Amino acid sequence: MIEAKGVNKYFGEHHVLKNISCSFEKGKTNLIIGQSGSGKTVLMKCLVGLYEVDTGMVIYDDRNFSEMNFEQRKNLRQEIGMLFQGSALFDYMTVEENVMFPLNMFTKQTKQEKLNRANFVLERVNLEKVNKLMPSELSGGMRKRVAIARAISMNPKYLFCDEPNSGLDPQTSGVIDQLIKEITVEYAITTIVNTHDMNSVLSIGDNVAFIYDGELWWRGNKETILHTSNKELNDFVFGTELTSRLKQ
Amino acid sequence: MNIKIISTTGDYVMLMRRVFTTPQKGIIFWQRLLDEIQGLGIESIGIVAFISAFMGAVVAIQTAYNIDNPFIPLTMVGWTTRQSIILEFSPTIISLILAGKVGSRIASEIGTMRVTEQIDALEIMGVNSANYLIFPKVIASLLINPVLIILSMWMGILGGWLAMAATGLSTTTDYVTGIRIDFQAYIVFYAIVKTLFFAFIISTISGFFGYKTSGGALEVGQASTKAVVFSSILIIVFNLILTQLLLT
Repeated sequence: MIEAKGVNKYFGEHHVLKNISCSFEKGKTNLIIGQSGSGKTVLMKCLVGLYEVDTGMVIYDDRNFSEMNFEQRKNLRQEIGMLFQGSALFDYMTVEENVMFPLNMFTKQTKQEKLNRANFVLERVNLEKVNKLMPSELSGGMRKRVAIARAISMNPKYLFCDEPNSGLDPQTSGVIDQLIKEITVEYAITTIVNTHDMNSVLSIGDNVAFIYDGELWWRGNKETILHTSNKELNDFVFGTELTSRLKQ
Repeated sequence: MNIKIISTTGDYVMLMRRVFTTPQKGIIFWQRLLDEIQGLGIESIGIVAFISAFMGAVVAIQTAYNIDNPFIPLTMVGWTTRQSIILEFSPTIISLILAGKVGSRIASEIGTMRVTEQIDALEIMGVNSANYLIFPKVIASLLINPVLIILSMWMGILGGWLAMAATGLSTTTDYVTGIRIDFQAYIVFYAIVKTLFFAFIISTISGFFGYKTSGGALEVGQASTKAVVFSSILIIVFNLILTQLLLT
């Protein structure tokens, strides 16, 4: 479980995160939703330590991440996998090298063991015969799947996904969502997904946190989100032509 | 303006503290070092040799044309070419050219990694990204730039000889005698010391501007330009300081 307790973040005068307290359960897909600029990406970056919180704390299974030194964080980060919005694959490495990179850096496995693990995770994300391709030779959906494979190569306890569907067509988005959901349950990972895609919310939202103007505005799940009376959340959920028609 | 200079210098020092640490995995450091020697050094041999040979030829021809006085021996052509090439042209001008070629490459490579979240991906994995990305480039530059500069010296002097042989402005005997007159190995030492300083400046300044890039493609271009401009300015300034310290 990951907990944020009273997290505040400022950029200069701008108060971006306002006293956010929230917990994210193990073995479930925990979604953070909100409009662009609401602060959800900042919250995720605070949770993984790419931004320092100004006040408050982030706790990973009773370990206070905010008080850890560089070395302690380095060790904890080997339990974290992250899928970035643009995949963030190392473009000078092949697919196989990308997936093997964390294993090369942090394990003492033999080359064959690392290769076996890379092949296993690539198969797990339904990718075959792409080992020697460069990231530039892959489609957007394949890049996301390679990024997921890299993120789970070290058997992480925590998986962060920043807008995993951005730039993907609805069908491929669904495939990526299901993959994230399956992996979360299969390996009992605490997964946090940042998204503004309502399809994702309705298909994999075990827990949903709605961030509005830097505040935690609403908490619920994929069932309760459709029946809330919260105005701001309703505006967000039914903001598109498709969802508003469905509501009618 | 002054505050910005102090703040940027502080950022540079802080980044260098993260760069100059023991690499997390020796074997990966050595692999990256070899790649960087290839990318930053070996791939620069052609341009360094070409420019040096032609500059040596120009220096020799200009010197020969300017010797009107019959009391000045033609051995002065070789002597002047040698002194110009070793003292100033090879260490300083070639370093300025490398600041353009290598500096922009380093800044744009690291800057692109920053804006595509590849550096964030490294940090999330627990990798000291500053050390992983910049340290091998600094060591590679410190190792390969002196080799390039010595090559440049040879090519410059060879270019001068070829020009004399082709134009008949001086005989080979006069030219070679001139090269050998009053040779002091200290000037080569002075040139290598300057080269090492300049190599450090090029690699760390370019690495700094690349690493601190934020935004998109436009900012990567700006970082690349800043890297070249600031490296060049510092090379010129340190050229004066080192010359004063080492030759007087």
